[in-house]
Amino acid sequence: MAEVKFSKVTKKFNENLILSGVDAEIRDHEFVVIVGPSGCGKTTLLRMLAGLEEITDGEIHIDNVLVNNMHPSKRQIAMVFQDYALYPHMTVEENMSFALRLRKAPKAEIKARVTEAANILQLTTLLKRMPKQLSGGQRQRVAIGRAIVRKPKVFLFDEPLSNLDAKLREEMRVEIAKLYQRLNATIIYVTHDQVEAMTLAGRIMVMNHGIIQQVGTPIEVYRKPVNLFVAGFIGSPTMNFIRGKLKVEGDKLYLKNDDISLYIPSFLLSKTAEHDGREVVVGVRPDDVLVGGAAREKCSEKLDGMLEVSELLGHRENLYIKVGDTRVLATVEAFFDQSPGSKVEVCFNYENMHVFDKATTQRING
Amino acid sequence: MNKEAAVYRRKKFLKYLLIHAAIVSFVVICVYPLLRILSVSIRPGDKLFSADLALLPSGANFAAYVRLLKETLFLRWLWNSLLITVTTSFIGVSLASTAAYAFSRFKFGGKKGGLILLLSTQMIPAGMLILPLFLMIMKLGLMNTYLGIIIAYSVSSLPFSIWILKGYYDTIPRSLEEAAMVDGTSQLGAFYRVILPLSTPALSIAFLFNFTTAWNEYLVARVVLFSSKQYTWTLGLFELQGQYITQWGMFAAGSMLVTIPVLAVFLYSSKWLISGLTLGSVKG
Repeated sequence: MAEVKFSKVTKKFNENLILSGVDAEIRDHEFVVIVGPSGCGKTTLLRMLAGLEEITDGEIHIDNVLVNNMHPSKRQIAMVFQDYALYPHMTVEENMSFALRLRKAPKAEIKARVTEAANILQLTTLLKRMPKQLSGGQRQRVAIGRAIVRKPKVFLFDEPLSNLDAKLREEMRVEIAKLYQRLNATIIYVTHDQVEAMTLAGRIMVMNHGIIQQVGTPIEVYRKPVNLFVAGFIGSPTMNFIRGKLKVEGDKLYLKNDDISLYIPSFLLSKTAEHDGREVVVGVRPDDVLVGGAAREKCSEKLDGMLEVSELLGHRENLYIKVGDTRVLATVEAFFDQSPGSKVEVCFNYENMHVFDKATTQRING
Repeated sequence: MNKEAAVYRRKKFLKYLLIHAAIVSFVVICVYPLLRILSVSIRPGDKLFSADLALLPSGANFAAYVRLLKETLFLRWLWNSLLITVTTSFIGVSLASTAAYAFSRFKFGGKKGGLILLLSTQMIPAGMLILPLFLMIMKLGLMNTYLGIIIAYSVSSLPFSIWILKGYYDTIPRSLEEAAMVDGTSQLGAFYRVILPLSTPALSIAFLFNFTTAWNEYLVARVVLFSSKQYTWTLGLFELQGQYITQWGMFAAGSMLVTIPVLAVFLYSSKWLISGLTLGSVKG
């Protein structure tokens, strides 16, 4: 296995800047998920690492070897493509052994490696089938098997689950997690699905507009998003954002807008006076919004709102609450006892509140 | 309700009747000339016209076939045609397959212009190309040679073959070549190991087009080849046409025999041909 290093990697298509000086390091045996919206440059970065896309500027090292001008076949990487890219005219076995046959590996070794990978991925009975005779999930497993057989230095996954239905995606996610535990390989995995990122990654790399926004463990990125983009992108349902101006009243700091006057405790923002008049965005995850009895029980300062809509999800329930003109989403235990249209009290779990500067969009609380 | 159903059935029957009548008349239009040629080829005496309308004439025999094979160089002409046609088809398809790949996958200056230029060469009538072809082949010293005619045939079918193959390559996902390259091939290796095997329908179409064009060609052959031994069958058969007398029996027998190779190639590649004609209509 190997380390991967991106140094000031830039990519331009004609005059369009796709990646802008990306710096990142992926450690040996690490599972890194690159996540971001469509068009953020994550797949381009992966393809540049694979050698399928030219690098406009910067350097990429695999295992301390500069690979900028190295042919994909020489980089000792294996890639699982979004559309599987199985060779339609070859059987599953031929697909999996293709790379080894090209290398003219001994027949016994080819057989042993294909059998081993087939056992891991439960493909043993499918080895003689053609790709068109397989289901989506089976094709995906063959694509992964083709990568495993090669024993590469780095595994690259380019949105491998995006063509599968929700149930199969969940199953394959678990399969990939198990596979990582078994192979303990260096894996770089690209996805736009933040659930995949949160569940699979050792570290998450959040990208937007060709720039890495934040790198950290899933829990770091979830609990301490560095800017508004990361806060909004990671987490489902999406974080509530309340815009307003900070105002000092007495020795206390408040977020004020036309609808809300929200107390900001000093452990969130110390040096109260310095923030007076600052335009900010306060972020609260729906799980940290307390409603009704919970609000009355746990909060001293509450806001008055009106329940607009409730969505029952099974064991949880989404409540869409209007506080003045500001809409707040709360996710609470199922079977909330009040019906839409009724007045409810709302408060926020201060411990998990996030404050961002409106102008720079950067996090300002610790 | 029953009345409506009866009207519907009657309309449906009439529709089928009309469709089948049209199909049968087209089949008759296509097959009748062939049957007349067959009839002429087995009619005793070199008669093209006969008062007898029967397709199987009285006293039918294969004398014209025997005379054609024994008294003329027909087998030699057939062999020449086969050699020229097969070589032309292989050269044409080989050149077109790689050229089309370049047009499909690479970015280079003049790509669009090149494609349009190739297409525009197909708009020029063959007769207009005779003089320049004659001059070129003469200057190359290839008059009355197989090589001369093979070069002329190969290049003339190339534009169409390139367009057909480029269109097909465009439907093959690039990720297949990329996967092959990550697996260890060069770009050329990915082309030979992945793209070409997947392109058999389009390659078959291109091969058939090259084959039939070269097999039936007369005009260029007339200009390039002038010794009887070098003739293709198209030139050879016209030898049988004299100023005062034409040996129609042998002419018809020859016409029947030359359809055999084309028929064999078509039948052999029919499954590819059908899948090839519908290729690209559905993605995935």
